[in-house]
Order: sequence, then C-alpha cells, then structure tokens
Amino acid sequence: MNIIKVKDLVFLYRKKDENGNITQEIRAVDGVDMEVEKGSFIAILGHNGSGKSSLAKHINGILFPTEGHVKVNEMDTRDESKIWHIRQIAGMVFQNPDNQIIGSIVEEDVAFGPENLGVPTDEIWERVDRCLKAVNMEAFRESSPNKLSGGQKQRVAIAGIMAMEPECIVLDEPTAMLDPRGRQDVIDTIHELNEKKGITILLITHNMDEVIGADKVFVMDQGKVVMSGKPREIFTRVEEIKSYGLEIPHATELAYRLRQKGVNLPKDILTREELVEAICQLN
Amino acid sequence: MSIKLEHLSHQYAQNSASSFYAIEDINLTIEKGEFIGLIGHTGSGKSTLIQHLNGLLKGTEGSYFFDGEDVYAEGYNMKKLRSKVGMSFQYPEHQLFEVTVLKDVCFGPMNMGLSEEEAIIESKKALEAVGLAEKYYDKSPFELSGGQKRRVAIAGVLAMNPEYFILDEPTAGLDPVGRDRILDLIYNLYKERNMTIVLVSHSMEDVARYANRILVMNKGHLMFDDKPVEVFRHKKELERMGLSAPETSYVMEELQKRGLSVNQDAITMEQACDSILEALKEGKRL
Amino acid sequence: MMRDITIGQYYRADSPIHRLDPRVKIAGTFIYMVSLFFQKSILTYILAILTLVIVVKTSKVPFSFMVRGLKPIMFILLFSVLINMFFVPGEIVAKFWIFKITKEGMIQAGFMGVRLIILILGASLLTLTTTPNQLTDGLEKMFGCLKKIKIPVHEIAMMMSIALRFIPILTEETDKIMKAQMARGADLDSGNLIQKIKSMIPILVPLFVAAIRRANDLAMAMESKCYNGSDGRTKMKPLIYTKADKGAYLMEAAFLAVMIVLSVVSHKAGLSF
Repeated sequence: MNIIKVKDLVFLYRKKDENGNITQEIRAVDGVDMEVEKGSFIAILGHNGSGKSSLAKHINGILFPTEGHVKVNEMDTRDESKIWHIRQIAGMVFQNPDNQIIGSIVEEDVAFGPENLGVPTDEIWERVDRCLKAVNMEAFRESSPNKLSGGQKQRVAIAGIMAMEPECIVLDEPTAMLDPRGRQDVIDTIHELNEKKGITILLITHNMDEVIGADKVFVMDQGKVVMSGKPREIFTRVEEIKSYGLEIPHATELAYRLRQKGVNLPKDILTREELVEAICQLN
Repeated sequence: MSIKLEHLSHQYAQNSASSFYAIEDINLTIEKGEFIGLIGHTGSGKSTLIQHLNGLLKGTEGSYFFDGEDVYAEGYNMKKLRSKVGMSFQYPEHQLFEVTVLKDVCFGPMNMGLSEEEAIIESKKALEAVGLAEKYYDKSPFELSGGQKRRVAIAGVLAMNPEYFILDEPTAGLDPVGRDRILDLIYNLYKERNMTIVLVSHSMEDVARYANRILVMNKGHLMFDDKPVEVFRHKKELERMGLSAPETSYVMEELQKRGLSVNQDAITMEQACDSILEALKEGKRL
Repeated sequence: MMRDITIGQYYRADSPIHRLDPRVKIAGTFIYMVSLFFQKSILTYILAILTLVIVVKTSKVPFSFMVRGLKPIMFILLFSVLINMFFVPGEIVAKFWIFKITKEGMIQAGFMGVRLIILILGASLLTLTTTPNQLTDGLEKMFGCLKKIKIPVHEIAMMMSIALRFIPILTEETDKIMKAQMARGADLDSGNLIQKIKSMIPILVPLFVAAIRRANDLAMAMESKCYNGSDGRTKMKPLIYTKADKGAYLMEAAFLAVMIVLSVVSHKAGLSF
C-alpha cells in the first residue's frame, strides 16, 4: 500500500520586491511524481537548492501545491478539514535542532505534540516514556535541551514526533548541523524506528553514506526527480550522479577509480567490506 | 615569524564550583607556510584553542608569543594581532550585516584604519580571490546561497590581508559541490598566497587530503601533533576520542589482513588507488 | 556578573516547596510581599523573618546560594538605606557639613534594609523552586478568567515560555556574533556614546536576522506538530490541587491573619514606629 502519493507536483516560489511586485518565479518543484510504500525507507538526494526541501514540506502540509496534488493515506493535503490529521500521520523533523524544540525540559518538549492532539494526560506520560526509550534518551528526560549535544537534541525532536504516533516521518537534512558521532546516532535511530516500529521514513540529505541503507533513492535536480531506484542501482551510474553535484559512497568511489585503471571490479560496490572482498576475489 | 604557545591553559568559571579547564598546558608552535588540520570531538577544546590564537580569549595561565612578542604583555596591540591572524567562524550568518556584499567585506579593512578607497580596493581583491562574480558586489549578503555567504564571510577576513588564516569548520552544512569549492579556495590561498592555514574540520578525508600537519585535541589536551600519516597510524586512540582515520586507511588495513601487501600509510583516495594497483600488479592478479 | 543573578534562576531539588502547585507559590509570594509593606513593628518583622527561614529551610535551597543573588542589587540597597539615614528628621546623633544623621533615620534605615532583603529573598524563592514552565502554567491558569474579556491568556503564556527557552540560545549567539566581528577588528569598548551605539550595529543586525530565522523555523515546527492554540489542548502536567496545596493555602491565610493582628496589637502597645 502506498502511504504517500505525489502526482504532477509543481510548486512556484515567487520572489517579491518592496512594492510587492513579483520579480522572479522559481519552479522549486517542477512536475514530480512519487509513490512511497508504507513501511519503506526512502532517501531523497540532491544538492542545496534542488527542490528536495520544498518537496518534503508538501508532505505534511506546510507548503501546498501550485499544481498537481499530494496525498497522504488518500487524503489530499489541500483539503483543509484533513490538514491536522495529515500532520499527525506525517511528522516532520527539521535541520536545526534548536529551532524545533519548544519545551524547556526534554519530557515536556516530547509531550508538546500529543498535548496539541488532545491526548489524555495518562496516555501522554505513557507515550513520552515509550518514545524517549525508543530514541535512547530516557536518561535525559528532565534535562534542559540547551545542555544537550546536537545529536541528542535531534533525537529528542524525533521522540517528539514519535509521540504523535505518526505512520511516516519526513526528516529534512536532520544531520547537516551535527558532528560525525551525532550524525551516526541519528541515522541509527531512524533505521531502528523503521525496522522495529515499521514507520515509513523519508530522509532528505546530501550525504551519500546515509543513503546506503535505504530501500529506494530519489535524486532531485532543478525541481525534478532525475533518478530513482535502489541505492545499488543508483550508485552504479557514477558519472550521472556526479553531474548532479553529488558524490558517491567512499568505497564505490575507490572501486570506480580502480575500474577506470583497468581493474575488473563489479559496478555495484557500496561498502568497505564489499570492496575488500571484491579485490581479494581477483585472480 | 611564528605563533608560539607555551603551557597555555584556559580555565572557565574561575573561582567557582563549576570551573573547568577547556584547554590545559598547550605547547604549540606554528611556523609560517604550514597547512594545519585541527581535529577533535565536539567539546574537545579546539574552538577554545583557536580563539586564543587571535586574542579573542586570553589564557588564564601560560604565555603566547607572536613573532617573538609577548601577546599578554601590557599594551600589546590586539587589533594588529587580529589583522595578522584572521579567523572565520562556522556560520557566515554571524558576521554578515551590511547592506551590500562589498560594504560588508570593507568592514574589516576599515576597522584596520584603511580609508574607504583603500578598503574597497582590498575588498575587491578578496572577493576576486574567493571567486565571487562582480554582479554580486551590490547585492544584499542575505540574498546569497549558503555557499556564497560563506565565501563572502571568508573574503571579509581575507580583505584584512592576514598572514595566518584560521577557519572553523568552513564546510559545515554545504553540499559536495559547495564544500569542494571552499576547500579548493583555501588550498589556493595556501599555495598561491603563501598563507598559513589552520583548518578545523570534522572530515578526516579533507584533513588528510590538504594538511601537512595535524593537531588532535581531546578533553582540552593536545594529544597528537604530527604529519598526517603518523597521526592516522593511531587508529585505536583516535577512535577512543570519538574520531576516526580516513575511510581509505580502513580499507587498506582490511586488505593487508587479507594478505594483500598494500601501503598502510595511504590516507587519500589517490594514494590508495595507486597502492592497490601496484600490489595487484606485483601479485600478478591484474 | 550575569552568573550572580539568582532571581529568575531555577534551583533543582526535591522538596515540599518544589512540589507545590505554582499557583500556591505565586499567591504566597504575593501575600508575603504585601504584608511586608503594611507592617511596621518589631513583632511582625520577627514573624516575617522566621517564616522566610522556615520556608527556605524546607525548600532545600542553600542560603549561601540565595545570598549571592543579593550582590547585584547591593547598590540599590545601600542607596535606599543611606537616603533613609540622612533624610528622616528627628533627634540628631551626628552631623557633618550639610548631612545630619538622626536616631529615627538610623532605625528607619535599618528596618528598610531588612525589609528589602527579605523581600528580594522571598521573591527569588518563587523562581528558585518553580520552573519557568510551571510559572507560566500557573499564571495562565490564574488569569484564565481574563479569556472571557478576549485577552489571549494562553498565547501570552506560550510566548513567555518560548522567550524563556530562547534567552540562553540567543545569549550564546550574541557572544558568537561579537567574537566574529571582533575577529574583523570591530572595537566594541572604546569611543564616546554615539560611537559605541554605532559599533553595536554589526552585532544587532546579525542577531535580529538570526532571531527572525529562528522564529520562522519554530513557527513551522509548531504548526507541523499540530499546534492550534489552546482549543482542545490537553496537558502532560495539568495543575490539580493536592492536599498539600490546600494546606499551604491555609498556612498562607493564617500567616496573613497573624501579621494583621500583630500589626494592630503592636500599634496599640506602641511597639511600632
């Protein structure tokens, strides 16, 4: 079953001058079709300004289509009566961890979503307990968010979305402002949520190493989806990926360079282990 | 001509129960013409350390000599130090404030006492060096893309003509193209303008590729200070500090274990590629 | 300096005072402050000080920590004490140049000093034992009736708690901006007033830009978490009075009654001044 259906989506972003006249029209999203299966882990890749963020914001109804439509669980995001339901089903985690934490104590921040939904008090406590455990942050439940590292704040933000019991979480470059350790913690956390709780994940990023574990990858450029497929398929098309201003995983790059020098290595190497294995298999 | 720190420490919240050393007993000499990579986990003290180099922070113990002069002596000209040791911070948003790009870049040189005409000449040179086209000079810095903002911020420091240039994570949050442009730009400053560079980075690959000396900070102490090859031999120690070696050196280690004699000191993609090719040829596997 | 200000800070501890409903504490603080102003006798001073000592002891906030909070207001304290000392007419004790110190003035000044100190300690105890969120929750609930006359009580409370959360973030950001501009040779300390104000522009512009960007992001995050004002909203920590809260209210009422009685009695017995 498809939880998200995007059809012929166009989003025009209009720049205005001081007098309110439109000076420039940018097609931030330009005719995107996309279907996301329930329970899958999807990665959307693209350089800055490729339209991936605008696309993401359509999915939980922060932006609305200029043309075409976006449906979440068969509900159109432009249907005003459904908007709160859509936002509950498709939660969103943003890039800057500081700017999405509302509560001044971790547990109160996690409770913010369920409070808005009108969940009874006892159940809020249950949800907060459960969600802080799910992201491994229960030890910090009474801390101030200001005392946490970037990766920890981002996990609190994820717990806050989890507490709304969504079916799908859209993460808009959640690791861009984190150090390597925080980055790994966040990526591990969302993989765990996907595998153990069956939550559909849409991860928006320009970091290739975060994409390897995804079920399906969409590559965006100039508002269009220019490539889509399994990571293994996508990364065999090295030149094409690079032409969109992106890079390929480290092991894939090394294999690619060796192949260019005449070493007979398979095209679909993604990880260090696969690379080492393939080189040792050469005879 | 050098930066010289002797037993430098910085204690925050002195005389209170919550006091702690952000850096402790740092001994360090930076000669002109070096390209230094500074790595360390968040909270390791690397930000505190670099802020001492241009006098934004003053050590609570120890001394700092710049070109042989005691920086902490009475009446030392801090402004002059800051013009010689330029520093650009992680987020360009923290320094851009003027109406136009050109005016913003002029801020530094004018603070140094240059006239407006002179400042404009220096600023245009700096903007050219960072590769920002002339059509952007009269634009508002707030209208630029993330990568462009960062280049304007770098130009703003460059226009003061520093001899040393410290860059705190200049590529954080940029996409691969933006990142490569900034790194190439920094490398050019080093190569062509002979500028001494201190690059703070989380990316072992970037540091391995550009630096000829690496400093590793951990819990306020300078743990390693050596050539990249030497530093990255300490994989286990680095991992204990929440760091790592470049991905390439892990590949080389694995290959060695599997009986392929490859160069264990290959830390960049190019070196790894050459070494693997050579090993394969020797073993007649190609 | 900033670190010394304990007013508005929260001191984490598990005490009966910490556990009280914020409304009880707000009401208690109010009663305490008002009662300090109408009383004028030695007996009531003793009672007020005694009460403060007992409450502070119960709250487990160290006295030294609270006293540190007095440092920043030392100047105001001294100033009002001196004013009283020199300008209250009465029996002259000492005299030099145009200044006269009177006996009444000294007594007045002494009591004034004590009054100010216990007033500030009492008020700081409220914030020391109540988190900003509890405080805004308490105020929201206490002034909830104002909703009927179209005052957006919930929204104001939400704004207050968000502002409180962002103060440390923006303080840190200001520090970073100042450093970035100082690295470009900005001189923030010297020059006359106009130059000083001018030199703040490179700090204020990035700070405002950053604050607006944060506000935008935060609004988006709140919207995506289905925030839609107070309608239909539940609370993780709703304010419900416990037995202890009711007991505390009774004690507050008793304190007020005793203060009034003591004032009247001392006045008649000539113990007040």
